[in-house]
Amino acid sequence: MATSTTAPDADRREPRAGSPARGPARRPRGPRRSLLPYLLLAPAVVLELAIHVIPMVVGVWMSLLELTQFHIRDWSTAPFIGLENYRATLDLNSAAGKELLHSFWITLAYSLLSVGFAWLLGISAAVVLQRPFRGRAILRALFLTPYALPVYAAVITWSFLLQRDTGLVNHVLVDQLGLMNERPFWLIGDNSFWSLLVVSVWRNWPFAFLCLMAGLQNVPGELYEAAAIDGAGFWRRLRSVTLPMLRPVNLVLLLVLFLWTFNDFNTPFVLFGGSAPEQADLISIHIYRSSFKTWDFGSGSAMSVALLLFLLIVSAAYLLITNRRRDDHA
Amino acid sequence: MRETAGERWGRRIVLTLLTLFVVIPLYVMVTSAAKPLQDVQNGFTWWPSRPTLQPFIDMWSTVPLARYLVNSLVVSSIAAVCSVAVAIFAAFAVSRYRFRGRGVFSVTVLSTQMFPGILFLLPLFLIYVNLGNATGIELYASRTGLVITYLTFSLPFSIWMLVGYFDSIPRGLDEAAQVDGAGPLRTLFQVILPAAVPGVVAVTVYAFMTAWGEVLFASVMTDEGSRTLAVGLQGYSTQFNVYWNQIMAASLVVSIPVVVGFLALQRYFVAGLTAGAVK
Repeated sequence: MATSTTAPDADRREPRAGSPARGPARRPRGPRRSLLPYLLLAPAVVLELAIHVIPMVVGVWMSLLELTQFHIRDWSTAPFIGLENYRATLDLNSAAGKELLHSFWITLAYSLLSVGFAWLLGISAAVVLQRPFRGRAILRALFLTPYALPVYAAVITWSFLLQRDTGLVNHVLVDQLGLMNERPFWLIGDNSFWSLLVVSVWRNWPFAFLCLMAGLQNVPGELYEAAAIDGAGFWRRLRSVTLPMLRPVNLVLLLVLFLWTFNDFNTPFVLFGGSAPEQADLISIHIYRSSFKTWDFGSGSAMSVALLLFLLIVSAAYLLITNRRRDDHA
Repeated sequence: MRETAGERWGRRIVLTLLTLFVVIPLYVMVTSAAKPLQDVQNGFTWWPSRPTLQPFIDMWSTVPLARYLVNSLVVSSIAAVCSVAVAIFAAFAVSRYRFRGRGVFSVTVLSTQMFPGILFLLPLFLIYVNLGNATGIELYASRTGLVITYLTFSLPFSIWMLVGYFDSIPRGLDEAAQVDGAGPLRTLFQVILPAAVPGVVAVTVYAFMTAWGEVLFASVMTDEGSRTLAVGLQGYSTQFNVYWNQIMAASLVVSIPVVVGFLALQRYFVAGLTAGAVK
């Protein structure tokens, strides 16, 4: 998340960070002193190792085993099969490979659209709430509410809205506005993708709003005054002052939102009750279902590792490109 | 700087549309919770014609909601407190000391936050099950297992935000305390923490919310006895009936504490984000 922000920070802080040791109450620079930061970090490191790093290594190992239902009780008996799981699941000519590829495209479209709309709503709200007026605090709190709700409560409510016969959406579209003659299904078929998208935007845009609002607080008011004196209108100020000043926030925000939505499991899992239609078969759901349906954890792990590699490459490419552009500007 | 008429109308339109988008689902949640079952099953109505609080009573008996609620409360509170305690020490080390591996630690911890949960799910599931079989330490289908899992979920962000907070506390205070002979831990507890109370509270609420809302691990790692709200609320959809009014009532009840906590502390989140990332 902060790979791009912590590094320069660390450099800046270095001259000062040593100062406690050089302080007036000069303490002996014994081993106890130099060990202290490691002792302070130890609990966090142990937990990260136990819950994230070791399982990840185990996951890579599992992806190389024939870990099907016959071996799941005692996985020491699972035979080592090398890259066979990868070959089987990523083979685009097989049925499993085609399904995975389909799920991949769905997920990519879902994340890009969801991030785009969430950012658009977030920046709109942040900009129009930039200037103080009566009721601003209330609106700000209201706009943050979807993000504060537990994800299952939010998504369950949406699944009620989207019910074919008893939901608000069809009531408004069909009964009140008369836009359609027949009640469409929103949670199965082609519509399910768009339903999923709307729910995810509803839930995620407040996070973009929160970050952009925080970013706007750092934009000096004089910049707008100067731009206004130069005769810049609203759009011109947005393009020449606001957006460039928000660039560092946007760089982190867009990547974080993309990774979150790409890995999203909760929204489809709750919205579709665990059985997502193929038009909304996000990759996390796909891996989850194929792992627990067949109890083939080997190929499930292979798909997870492939997903991780993809996300690492995308993130690295994103950070490289955006950093290079920043250097060009400087 | 004056606002032009176009800008004012633009602002009103944008705010109206956003408000409608946000409010309508919340409105439906609240009003449907106050309808009898028949009224949520017979087509949608904007207004509860026969308002009732019965769903708020029935929801406790349709599913063992009280048990789910207690499980969620226990798991989320313990996970939040432990996560923040661990994060305070780590953030203190990162903020106040320069040591080998400091950069690696920060980057590694933050990047684990970004990895797909599904990647850890299968291995952790197998590790918990096998650990239980081999040693008798029950982590699978137990609240302990959930606590340990959840506390690592909020750890990266908690550390990151607390580092931002601690950095904003002048080091002159540390040095003054050291002149008075305070060791590092006393400096942390008597100088830094009191100055960082809003940050610590905000991070605690964040950690609580993370655990309170987690679905993926809750749906795999729990059984009937350790089930949390995230999975338990699905119990209102039975083969014969979907108790939408009780689902909305229960959703409302389990949302209010976290929403109130988050909104009350929102400006500290903004401050933390500003301090941590947005430089």
